[in-house]
Amino acid sequence: MPDLIQMKEISKIYGNGIYANRHVSFSVREGEIHALVGENGAGKSTLMKVLYGLEKPDSGEILINEKPVTFSSPQDAMKMGIGMVHQHFMLVGSLTVTENVVLGYEPMSGIFIDHNKARQKVMQLSESFNLKIDPDIRTSDLAVGLKQKVEILKALYRGAKILILDEPTAVLTPQETEELFTQLKSLKKQGFTVIFISHKLKEVKAISDRISVMRRGEMIATVNTQDVSEHDISEMMVGSNITGKIEKEKANPKESYLEIKNLVWHDNNKKAVVNGISLTVRSGEIVGIAGVEGNGQDELIELITGLKAPDSGEIILLGKSTNGKKIRQRRKMGMAYIPSDRMTLGIAREMSIENNIISTKLDDKSIYNTIFLSRQKIKSLSKKLISDFNIKCRSERTEIGMLSGGNIQKVVVAREFSSNSKIIIAEQPTRGIDVGAAEFIHKKLIELRDNGCAVLLVSADLDELKKLSDSIVVLYNGKITAYIDDVSDVSDSDLGNYMLGVKKQSDEEIGRAYNA
Amino acid sequence: MDRILNLVFTTDFISSVIRVTTPILFATMAVLMSERAGVVNISVEGAMLISSLMGVVGSAYTGSAWIGLLIAVLSGIVYSWILAVFHLRLNTNIVLTGIALNLLASGLTVFILFLLTGDKGVSTALPSKVLPNVSIPLIKNIPILGNIISGQNFLTYIAILSVFVIHIFLKRTRLGTYIRAAGEAPEAVETAGKSVKSIRQKALIISGALAGCGGAFMSMAYLSMFTKDMIAGRGFIALAAEAMGKGNPILSFVVSLLFGFADALSNNMQLLSIPSEITRIVPYLVTIFALAIYSGRDLTKKKNPI
Ligand SMILES: Nc1ncnc2c1ncn2[C@@H]1O[C@H](COP(=O)(O)OP(=O)(O)OP(=O)(O)O)[C@@H](O)[C@H]1O
Ligand SMILES: [Mg+2]
Repeated sequence: MPDLIQMKEISKIYGNGIYANRHVSFSVREGEIHALVGENGAGKSTLMKVLYGLEKPDSGEILINEKPVTFSSPQDAMKMGIGMVHQHFMLVGSLTVTENVVLGYEPMSGIFIDHNKARQKVMQLSESFNLKIDPDIRTSDLAVGLKQKVEILKALYRGAKILILDEPTAVLTPQETEELFTQLKSLKKQGFTVIFISHKLKEVKAISDRISVMRRGEMIATVNTQDVSEHDISEMMVGSNITGKIEKEKANPKESYLEIKNLVWHDNNKKAVVNGISLTVRSGEIVGIAGVEGNGQDELIELITGLKAPDSGEIILLGKSTNGKKIRQRRKMGMAYIPSDRMTLGIAREMSIENNIISTKLDDKSIYNTIFLSRQKIKSLSKKLISDFNIKCRSERTEIGMLSGGNIQKVVVAREFSSNSKIIIAEQPTRGIDVGAAEFIHKKLIELRDNGCAVLLVSADLDELKKLSDSIVVLYNGKITAYIDDVSDVSDSDLGNYMLGVKKQSDEEIGRAYNA
Repeated sequence: MDRILNLVFTTDFISSVIRVTTPILFATMAVLMSERAGVVNISVEGAMLISSLMGVVGSAYTGSAWIGLLIAVLSGIVYSWILAVFHLRLNTNIVLTGIALNLLASGLTVFILFLLTGDKGVSTALPSKVLPNVSIPLIKNIPILGNIISGQNFLTYIAILSVFVIHIFLKRTRLGTYIRAAGEAPEAVETAGKSVKSIRQKALIISGALAGCGGAFMSMAYLSMFTKDMIAGRGFIALAAEAMGKGNPILSFVVSLLFGFADALSNNMQLLSIPSEITRIVPYLVTIFALAIYSGRDLTKKKNPI
């Protein structure tokens, strides 16, 4: 059978001189689920943007059903039945589900949009594809999993027969991921073609028919999924051996570094989003926080880092209360923070890598010549971190916003890990990061733990949590529903039940999170 | 104080509030149209100023107030379009371009005025026309209300009508929806296959037309001539009104009424022999206080950032 899509010798050089795709050839068969994998910055998103008409290739051609096509805008791609769900959602928050789905292709009656008809169409679509959703709700009020459904509906409404999903599972909970996969499989049964980018090799292995691997802008290989193991894939991705397993000694916790007592915080609607949480993180241990998104973990972290002030309760860093202490003071007390939202909290987008690295180190004498910042010292510090953390960039003065998502995260992690802090708050530290870099960050976290740091880890990735944490605290509805001290002993389904609030431990058991 | 109160509760005063609100309202709607599309348009002030002169010149040379109005509206559109070209096509900074256009308007109007009349301050030498007042049958006979509602200038009714038209336009039409989407999530619009630039350009053209109406009102209804820098910051007050109205046309209308009230008060206080140096600052003071209260309230909300 001829290939549905053929991309031949595609090259793309961005305005800043970055060679994102080098003579990439890529083809997709009709009705398959095709996974596209590769390290951060390998050029996956770029290749897909070219296919979707968002970026123009500098050379190369695209054939659809063996006919050459040129796309000068996404609209052209849509006409050929290509739809894309982006790495970052493309929804207008104040518009309803219906309005978002039909955006750009509204049914009209006279000069007005025919809202009833639009609504009907969306309902029909959501029923026939079993993507259940309330058509009248504003998309800003939706949970991530539902937002993604809207994005998929949007593509289907535009008549997409080929769906491109750029890291669709990075923000999903295990349950949501499973649901997405069921939907993708049923789409496949109905004759749809799916291209799927992911860093989670387990998922890739579970759902795809074929896998294409990219490395540094080049296409390395396309293989049948059943012929390869996860291990093989990761080897192809980085060109070296990655185990995925982590050697870790048993934790040897000492004195308490971070103590949280009865913390309460209410949102604008007076809802207790953090509702009486007590827990301790000691020197030399990693405490993981599990929970479905929106159950108070974001707010808990914001309270600890000082982005929010608690309504009651106390947070004690290294024996000192943080009441009224600003973020900078908390950092000085020995706290480092890797935020999950790296774009708004982690970096200053328009500044260089170098400036982003020193942004939290301006009190540090080692980057000064007497009173002035030393260009030389900053440069050598940046260069060292860039090479230590294997950050892919042209130079330390590159604007950070130009880096790929994963490489931006590496800059943040490099900065925070190099601050000699005693307490590390790591929030989704490897979200959207390739396996090689993720493993590196994991090893670093364990190394920091072994050197006596206290680490609080929030992650939506249960495998990551189980791999790293010495104990796990499960949050549901702003409260702790379980404290798991022996992580090797817990099953995913147990964790899932605690996360969904189906099961709850006794108060004594939960109390161990604070007293143990 | 009593005298002020006596002054405020007269039909004449209320009617004058509506009259002086008109240019602020046009300006507010002009700001709102571009703001909703994601363009901070501070050059509404300049666009109004140019239009107010062009309205006078147009009506003087053609002898028709209506053609004058048309020329004013077209000048507003052209001025806004210049902003669109610089900002959207040539990627200049929107605020700096806006400032430049405002300064240009201030100088250019005086220059044109001087070329045509030899005067650098007022256009009394030009036989310009004024736009008519309209008395509404039936309503004009209602006691009190009739005096307030009926007999206003033609453009005043257009201004009020524009609030509701814009409200429906943004809510129910295609372009209106795109404008809202382009202001809120431009990437979403772009990936949905619509050009954000062309949407913003259209919004700016509508904005220019509204500013043109506001300018025409100033020189062909509020006064019957052009005077140097006659917009006197109304374009900026409009920025405040739009922000406080949260981009909602109806709410922004209510806020511009508040500023119109302050303006009318300041005009009328002059009748009470309070020095005009003092009364003239009233509208601006009200703006500053209103903004302070507004953003103060906003701050308490922001105590919980993000
Ligand atoms: N708009 C842009 N302008 C300049 N350079 C860019 C732009 N977008 C991406 N790049 C660069 O192109 C390269 C490829 O980026 P791309 O986003 O395609 O990577 P990716 O494989 O999707 O990575 P990730 O897994 O981190 O999302 C990177 O080096 C990135 O810095
Ligand atoms: Mg990407």
